[in-house]
Amino acid sequence: MNALRIAGLIWLGLVLVFLYAPILVMAAMSFNASPFYQLPFDFSTRWYEDLASNTAIRTAATRSVLIALAVTVIATALGTSAALALFRYDFPGKRILQVLLFPPIAIPWLITGTAMLIFFFAIGVGRGTPAVLIGHVALALPYVIVVVNARLVSFDRTLEEAARALGANPWTVTRRVTLPWIAPGVVAGALFAFAVSFDQFVVSYFLAKPGDSTLPVLIYTSIRKGFTPEINAVSTLIIVGSMALMLVVARFFSFGGHR
Amino acid sequence: MAGTLSAGDGRRAARLLAPAYLWLTLAVFLPLSAMLFFSFLTAAPFGDKPVEATLSNYRAFFETSTYALLLWKSIKLGLWVTGACILIGYPCALVLAKQIRGRAREALFLLVILPFWSNSLVRIFSWAIVLRGNGVLDRALDAVWPGDVRLALMFTPAAVVIGLVHSYLPYVILTSYLALQAIDDDIVEAARSLGARRLTILWRLVLPLSLPGLLAGAVLVFVPVVGSFMEPRILGGRFGTYYGTVIEDQFVAVFNWPLGAALSFILLAVVLLILGVSSPVLRRGMQ
Repeated sequence: MNALRIAGLIWLGLVLVFLYAPILVMAAMSFNASPFYQLPFDFSTRWYEDLASNTAIRTAATRSVLIALAVTVIATALGTSAALALFRYDFPGKRILQVLLFPPIAIPWLITGTAMLIFFFAIGVGRGTPAVLIGHVALALPYVIVVVNARLVSFDRTLEEAARALGANPWTVTRRVTLPWIAPGVVAGALFAFAVSFDQFVVSYFLAKPGDSTLPVLIYTSIRKGFTPEINAVSTLIIVGSMALMLVVARFFSFGGHR
Repeated sequence: MAGTLSAGDGRRAARLLAPAYLWLTLAVFLPLSAMLFFSFLTAAPFGDKPVEATLSNYRAFFETSTYALLLWKSIKLGLWVTGACILIGYPCALVLAKQIRGRAREALFLLVILPFWSNSLVRIFSWAIVLRGNGVLDRALDAVWPGDVRLALMFTPAAVVIGLVHSYLPYVILTSYLALQAIDDDIVEAARSLGARRLTILWRLVLPLSLPGLLAGAVLVFVPVVGSFMEPRILGGRFGTYYGTVIEDQFVAVFNWPLGAALSFILLAVVLLILGVSSPVLRRGMQ
């Protein structure tokens, strides 16, 4: 163990402290009785109790979960079939279709969100839950396609050919041969889609109707009005939930982590 | 192999692809086109006001220096945050990829990436709690170094940079790590056995080989930071006016949608320029 190695480990440790300290502080403060985050620390669960009776937060949370579930189903179905087609068939313009997946990921959400607001108003959809749903699916689709495609790369194409040669029709081949193999990729893609929708703030902020908002939008407007420990409590729940979700994703889908 | 598709396969491919791409067209590509169209109008075509075609929204950007200066301020913010992410994140990725092995590496890598997939708004909010006056950081500092030391970071540009670095640091670590991991250890070993010093190996061998990954991470940080508005709003206070917050205002406070569309489109042009210039590097970095 030389000095450089020790310095490296210390650096990594400091980065982890930087990444986790504010989250831990926020979690700790959600159990502090003082509404103004006064110290000394006085343990209390009153903010979580208040949360249970706060209908605005509960309605927004329910709406966020329902939207995220719908987005998960739609984006996973559409994304998986598109990934299958991009994997199976060679056709002119395939490169362009693959490149077209990047704008929704690469363009800042501020631009995408305001563009959606303008367009949805122009065609009469307006603001509200349908607009949010349409927007979220579009943001989640490229992630699902990329993740499912990453799994398809390791799929042996001759298995499909063998099944077809043995008389299976294309749908049977997909259902009995291809889908079982790519199932981990599909599950990971679905979880990504859920996370993209549930954590999405920017696009929801422009598309949700005021007073009819999703949880992140409600949190943002509350923060701007002033600090409230209840927001602190619900934020802690969100972050614990989304980290747990990602640990599940990690079980299904290696992020290129090992060799 | 283009053109070898049978008619039946072509139909099947189209059936599988159409729903996803129609959705993307309706929700992303048509809106972007509509925004371009809007940016040339005098008013949003929803009310009774007569609507005419105009260049005045773009003229507003080029004739007064206000918007251009704010865009420059946002680009500078992007450079600061990207620089900080590289300086903090690359050594971190180096340690993860080349120094730690086995299950410990897997666990630590996951720990670094995990916050990235949790709610960014909530993470910015958590910094507001840490940085606020007489908050946790001030108290901790007071305990270590008694006296009247006040950082007073909340509602300063520094707070915005800290929050954004926290949000986007995992991008740089992820892409650098993937590039570093792909470097064959035997090459490093060969250089060492030929007598190269550690710094020489890092500077002449490891850094050039992992540069595509590092640059891909830098672009992935820079682009969203230039368009950020939520982070400056929460952490920046009265210093928190950036190009992104001005666009936000046009849509939610001032309701000058055509001007907002023009400003958004200028930002999009800048972003596309950056993505276009860096696309060869990005493609190599993504492999």
